[in-house]
Amino acid sequence: MIPFDYRRADDVDSAVATVTGNPRAAFLGGGTNLVDHMKLGIAEPELLVDVTGLPLDRVEELPDGGLRIGTNVRNSDLAAHPLVRERYPVLAQAVLAGASGQLRNLATTGGNLLQRTRCVYFQDVTTPCNKRTPGEGCAALHGYTRYHAVLGASPHCVAVHPSDLAVALTALDAVVRVRRADGERTVRASALHRLPGAHAERDTVLEHGELITAVDLPPLRFAANSRYRKARDRASYAFALVSVAAALDVADGRVRDVRLALGGVAHKPWHATLAEHAMRGGPATVDAFQAAADAELAEAEPLPDNGFKLKLARNMIVSALRGLAGEDAP
Amino acid sequence: MTGLLRPRSIGANRQRVDGPAKVTGTAPYAYEHPVPNPAYLHPVQATIARGDITDMRTDEAVGLDGVLAVLTPFDAPRLETGQDAELEILQSPEVHFRGQLIGAVVAETPEIARQAAGLVRVSYARRDHDVSLSADRSDLYRPDEVNAGGETDTRQGDPDGAFAGAARAVDATYTTPMYHNNPMEPHTTVASWDSTGLTIYDSTQGVHTMRQVVASTFGIEESDIRVVAPYVGGGFGSKGTPHANIVLTVLAAKRMAGRPVKYALTRQQMFSFVGYRTPTIQRVRLGADEHGRLVSLSNHVVEQTSRIKEYAEQSCEPARKMYAAPNRGTSHRLAPLDVPVPSWMRAPGECPGMFAPEVAMDELAQACDLDPIELRVRNEPETDPASGLPFSSRNLVACLREGARRFGWAGRPALARSTLEGGWWVGTGVASSAYPVHQSPGSSTATVRFTADRRYEVRIGAVDIGTGAWTALTQIAADALDVPFEDVDLRIGDTGLPAAAVAGGSSGITNWGWAIVEAARAFREKFGAGPSPGDERTATQPENPHTERFAMSAYGAQFAEVRVDTDTGEVRVPRLLGVFAAGRIVNPRTARSQFVGGMTMGLSMALHEESVTDERFGFVVNHDLAEYHIAACADVRSVEAHWLDEHDPYVNPMGTKGIGEIGIVGTAAAIANAAYHATGVRVRDLPITADKFL
Ligand SMILES: Cc1cc2nc3c(=O)[nH]c(=O)nc-3n(C[C@H](O)[C@H](O)[C@H](O)COP(=O)(O)OP(=O)(O)OC[C@H]3O[C@@H](n4cnc5c(N)ncnc54)[C@H](O)[C@@H]3O)c2cc1C
Ligand code: SF4
Repeated sequence: MIPFDYRRADDVDSAVATVTGNPRAAFLGGGTNLVDHMKLGIAEPELLVDVTGLPLDRVEELPDGGLRIGTNVRNSDLAAHPLVRERYPVLAQAVLAGASGQLRNLATTGGNLLQRTRCVYFQDVTTPCNKRTPGEGCAALHGYTRYHAVLGASPHCVAVHPSDLAVALTALDAVVRVRRADGERTVRASALHRLPGAHAERDTVLEHGELITAVDLPPLRFAANSRYRKARDRASYAFALVSVAAALDVADGRVRDVRLALGGVAHKPWHATLAEHAMRGGPATVDAFQAAADAELAEAEPLPDNGFKLKLARNMIVSALRGLAGEDAP
Repeated sequence: MTGLLRPRSIGANRQRVDGPAKVTGTAPYAYEHPVPNPAYLHPVQATIARGDITDMRTDEAVGLDGVLAVLTPFDAPRLETGQDAELEILQSPEVHFRGQLIGAVVAETPEIARQAAGLVRVSYARRDHDVSLSADRSDLYRPDEVNAGGETDTRQGDPDGAFAGAARAVDATYTTPMYHNNPMEPHTTVASWDSTGLTIYDSTQGVHTMRQVVASTFGIEESDIRVVAPYVGGGFGSKGTPHANIVLTVLAAKRMAGRPVKYALTRQQMFSFVGYRTPTIQRVRLGADEHGRLVSLSNHVVEQTSRIKEYAEQSCEPARKMYAAPNRGTSHRLAPLDVPVPSWMRAPGECPGMFAPEVAMDELAQACDLDPIELRVRNEPETDPASGLPFSSRNLVACLREGARRFGWAGRPALARSTLEGGWWVGTGVASSAYPVHQSPGSSTATVRFTADRRYEVRIGAVDIGTGAWTALTQIAADALDVPFEDVDLRIGDTGLPAAAVAGGSSGITNWGWAIVEAARAFREKFGAGPSPGDERTATQPENPHTERFAMSAYGAQFAEVRVDTDTGEVRVPRLLGVFAAGRIVNPRTARSQFVGGMTMGLSMALHEESVTDERFGFVVNHDLAEYHIAACADVRSVEAHWLDEHDPYVNPMGTKGIGEIGIVGTAAAIANAAYHATGVRVRDLPITADKFL
């Protein structure tokens, strides 16, 4: 831990300008992840720009029927919001499945998305980690990998992204609004996080100094029929072994549309496009759900400690979809 | 007889006398004792598991503003050596395990100390380390004795021959992983060493034990040391014996000559040098006749110890005592590894050592086509199988029966994997619990004094680690003096008080309570019912003549309902129920909290806890409470603890048996047995995680 300065941001532009202009500055949300990292020596910002006072703390209805979630909406408030619960139950459930009541009271939307992996080696500066120090090697690769990736990993990094919220946002095809020094840009939730490739140090596509201001949920009528299922090692307050965010639109026994994303399996929330593709237009049957799960997981490469995640993911995909199709789905 | 007290305060459902101070935040824990101008310590820990420190560059750390001192093995004050290698830190450049304390920074703030500790550059000459426990290592050895003074090996009759000829048999290997004590309050020391002596505010289970160890480690007189611990936020054994953090803080206090030094461990450090429960590998063999009567019972246990100091967990104890069997064999073997020194964790030996035999009993019940309770009843011994002595009291069968009644055991399907409810496999299981009555005659002394305001001050250097000792000892004193509870002022937690045994082995009430009863009786004998202010008497807990004549233990039966998700394999325990026979219960409120706490910790052991060692680096990598799972509230639905009204005149004048540890003994087996009953999958390796059912 090193000494640091602390400043409360007065407005979005100056907050962005301050952090952009100082490579050792960082935005501070609820601090539930960043402050831990500072204590552990994983992050060493010399300036914290606290953005929680910025007026970005509302859930607003958009003209098209979608919702805009300000970055400073606390996880607890997001999960409790009536419109979120009604229109996007998968999102409310995902948030509630994460962390603990105290943490959710502090955690912000943007901070949650940008929380970093819980890989135990990443969190211990006495072991090598490419994500912390590029080129140092990956201690996890031949180490303790129960919680690590089965999809999309690279020899440089096999970590998973821990956010539950991000998995639901990926399934909902949410859009992340970002302010940067020269204006604003948007990034699809599914494209926010990266696969590690040769650059494990980069979790997301954001550049230093880019501020998440809001997340837009597009209108998605059938998202009312959605759910989040999370398997974990204790009943609460544990990261996912595997999680599934699913929304399903069935008409006349056929899948009119479907959204599926997985958590706990990859360096990013895993948008299960192969499975979606396999199901769309086909019968809403358990057989079809199984085939779709198999299609999605065909390329998976488990590590020594986490082979069980494949069976787990398959079972959870099928059971989540079956639940959404109605328990009597054939 | 021990002159059993007539209970009036004893047995009353008293609120904790320390409760208001705790919930209002005014009860000072170690770190909170106000000391003038404190300095703060952060340690430097070894990042290799074996080798030598060749150099420690401290100039950057020393140069940081606010740094007051940096200690290294090359310049730290000297200690008395040759007594306890765990405590003799900073005396040589050798590294014996990763995470070992090899230095310290003392600074004006904890943040500066932490930053500076990160700036100390250590060079090593590494040697190959070995931290891998297995049952087929060639260097397993036989310790001379095991923890608490037990025998290493025992043998009665011909266990192998009888097993070979048995009509029904179970032969299986069970494992329990490494566990780390994680009391809410991490180990904390505030030490101040000036011309008047050394004062230590510490989060400890025993102020006098601590004083004695510090005196011998630093080569000073006990009379020059004062240790204070009025409130302690849990210990579970890890604060029962002083660990190296205390030595480090006192070394720093010595260097700081008069300025107090504070050191509270981080959660990560809790996984390095303050003890842990060894992993165990237990090979259990049960042989029985066709009616389920045991003819042979054995448990051969392999555990680890550190190369620098031996600790041998007494895991065979349950197999030696629980059930009748004419032929019996037990043994402990140790692997000496480059690891931190294992130590006490709630019910050492009894807790891991009950898991394997009690799951094996469930397997035997299945092999004999018998109800698991009936199997246990059929193997109830008449006398203690280990010593041959009669029991002072043993109500295991009564606990099993009462538990079965309360739990609703009757009508349980005999076959495993026969109940499916809403996507969950549902099952129930049972296991026995036992915990010996430990006592240390002569270890504890109490003073009773009549004060000017006509109250009874009772003084004893006991420590309440959150158990309820403040309250229970007040109740005992009130009855021993035959006065109302409100007339007693208890003083504990200070070496300025009469010496007392450590809070450990579930023996606090036995040792301290008895000393108080002796002092009260001596007081009344001398001064009668109308003492004058200033009258006082001191007495020490005597020998118990009955310990030679009787085997003394508390017993219990634990029942679990387990649900296993058919899709995910996730295991939930909606119901735990325990019935205990533990002598007289001094205070039902604090007793329930001990039983329920023990059972919850047992559930945590069954489902979650596991310290994962990375053998390449040689340390526990999941070293925080996000990664090392301890049961959360949502894991613990209904936990019920009940007890039988048990009168045992032989154990001590209070009639108590000790309740701090029995709650964790057997819980994991009950849950494993219920998980089997739910799913038909026999998990013999803890923890019982989802992947084991997929
Ligand atoms: C024990 C424990 C268990 C947990 N369990 C779960 C779980 O099961 N599921 C789960 O999803 N999460 C879990 N969490 C993580 C928790 O959800 C995150 O810590 C929290 O969401 C982070 O939000 P924050 O606002 O506190 O972020 P901060 O710690 O403030 O920030 C995190 C990162 O985001 C950056 N940042 C913050 N705001 C912005 C912004 N507006 N724009 C750009 N960058 C920004 C910061 O610079 C920092 O890099 C757990 C955490 C703990 C400690
Ligand atoms: S998996 Fe990624 S985060 Fe973990 S040690 Fe390897 S590089 Fe670091």
